[in-house]
Amino acid sequence: MNLLAIQRRMARAVMTPLTRDEQMRPTAPGGGSMRAEAAKFIKPNDRLTSFERLEIYNRQYWFRVLSGFAEDFPGLRAVLGERKFDAVAKAYLTDCPSESFTLRNLGSRLEGWLRKHTKMLGDRAALAIDIARLEWADIDAFDGLAEPGLKQEDLARANPAKLRLRLQPYIHLLDLRYPVDDLLLEVRKDADELNVASNAFSERQKKKRVRQVAALNPAEIFLAVHRLDESVFFRRLEREEFAILSALASRKTLAKALDAAWIGSKISPENRQSRVQHWFQTWSSLGWFCHIEKNFKK
Amino acid sequence: MPANRFNNFTNYGIGIGLRAPHYHHILTRKPVVDWFEIISENYMIDGGRPLRILDQILDQYKVVQHGVSMYFGSAEKLNREHLRRLKALVKRTKTPWLSDHLCWGSVDGRYTHDLLPMPYTFEAARVTAQKIREVQDFVEVPVVVENVSSYAEFHVSEMTEWEFLNEVVERADCGILLDVNNIYVSSQNHSFNPFDYVNSVPADRVAQIHIAGHSKYRKYILDTHDHPVIDPVWKIYARAIERIGHTATLLEWDDSIPSFDEVHDEALKANKFLASAALKKAG
Repeated sequence: MNLLAIQRRMARAVMTPLTRDEQMRPTAPGGGSMRAEAAKFIKPNDRLTSFERLEIYNRQYWFRVLSGFAEDFPGLRAVLGERKFDAVAKAYLTDCPSESFTLRNLGSRLEGWLRKHTKMLGDRAALAIDIARLEWADIDAFDGLAEPGLKQEDLARANPAKLRLRLQPYIHLLDLRYPVDDLLLEVRKDADELNVASNAFSERQKKKRVRQVAALNPAEIFLAVHRLDESVFFRRLEREEFAILSALASRKTLAKALDAAWIGSKISPENRQSRVQHWFQTWSSLGWFCHIEKNFKK
Repeated sequence: MPANRFNNFTNYGIGIGLRAPHYHHILTRKPVVDWFEIISENYMIDGGRPLRILDQILDQYKVVQHGVSMYFGSAEKLNREHLRRLKALVKRTKTPWLSDHLCWGSVDGRYTHDLLPMPYTFEAARVTAQKIREVQDFVEVPVVVENVSSYAEFHVSEMTEWEFLNEVVERADCGILLDVNNIYVSSQNHSFNPFDYVNSVPADRVAQIHIAGHSKYRKYILDTHDHPVIDPVWKIYARAIERIGHTATLLEWDDSIPSFDEVHDEALKANKFLASAALKKAG
């Protein structure tokens, strides 16, 4: 058996989901006995069988990826509850094992996967997808690239009709059906309090969280997940703001982005200019625009 | 062998792993520490707070990079994106040497995020050494490889773990990060004499030593880095220092992390052995 064959064989066994009581499955991925499979390439010793030695790695793999996933998605866990979250985590990580050298990217394919598996999410599917999107945006905004900011002279030399402003790569724009920003902040606050609280307090907090989730009604919101002083913030946007920023993010010219904002807008035409000025002042003060390179000016 | 070409002719003392729970203490109290070891992957990112903190640490301390996912022993090709990010970080930290593990952990583009044991075969040694050379050529700093703790052995192995280590480092012409806790853990799990291992390592290739704690279970030991260093591990360390000389030493503590002072005090226990090695050399 050559190196590649051994590694494929071992990885297949190690990444096979555990049984309900967190042991290695008796059946190998190919359908045969896992004991026989393990014995083919792992030596036993005087204390452990081949199966038991392989099982150490199988369990370590699942404990590691499941704990990393739970750490990244506490909001999804609060929405789904422990049992459903556990089932979703195992199914997702089985279908989408890590393809990155860093565990940070473990949840990068979660939104797409959840959309294909809404049955697993029960009657809270839309809420679960919304909070998963927010949590992934939060991860990505935390350590995403920040480019040099827009300078006054960038605008001075630009042709307004052709100007394409670029948003900082770390910014995520989200249109959500539920106000999950508040929910996620509550979940995190609870987690912080739990770190210093008693078990009885912990039970009360859990019940409170269940009530919070159950009481959360749909309410369309628009969010920018952004970074300021290296901390991530969720900033609520007006529909028109969201439309402008989304258009800029998709490389539309400033003129076209502004046009997009007013489709179906309830803001009266006489107030629009002042609102746009105010938004641009805010976005600029938050450093959301990148320096315009020469080749981006056209 | 205090300074050699594998640690870029440096003479570092006793360091500890840089971990997030200690950031505030380090940046506000500015404790005297010889050097910090960082996990490369934690900073192979595009921006944000981790890099800002790293830059603040770099302003005041010596930093060495230690990786956990290069997987020199994986049969598949090196991940170019990983290498590109690693080299960018090397430029940022100016690490005098770069370490990662003698193990594998990914196959067909899928990552286990574990340090999986190698089959000790000549084919594996050849593949691993070739990849170490490629990394070394790309990052342009000395690469040193660390022996891992293991819980399984393969039928196909053709040599002992230390023979495999020697075979790889000779073929790759690279250095060694000798983890004496991992030697102890594996010696207990596979019933070999840890001193046979230490006595077989080419002393002139050792660039750095790791010490750590572990967790003992009924039938095996796990390398958990969540306890102080136990006496049998200090004995292996003492023998390593006796053979190799004063060597850059680092304590790893990754789980149930106590206060900064507790971790640093544990690391400084190595001074006793380093001092006695220095006395022997002088005498």
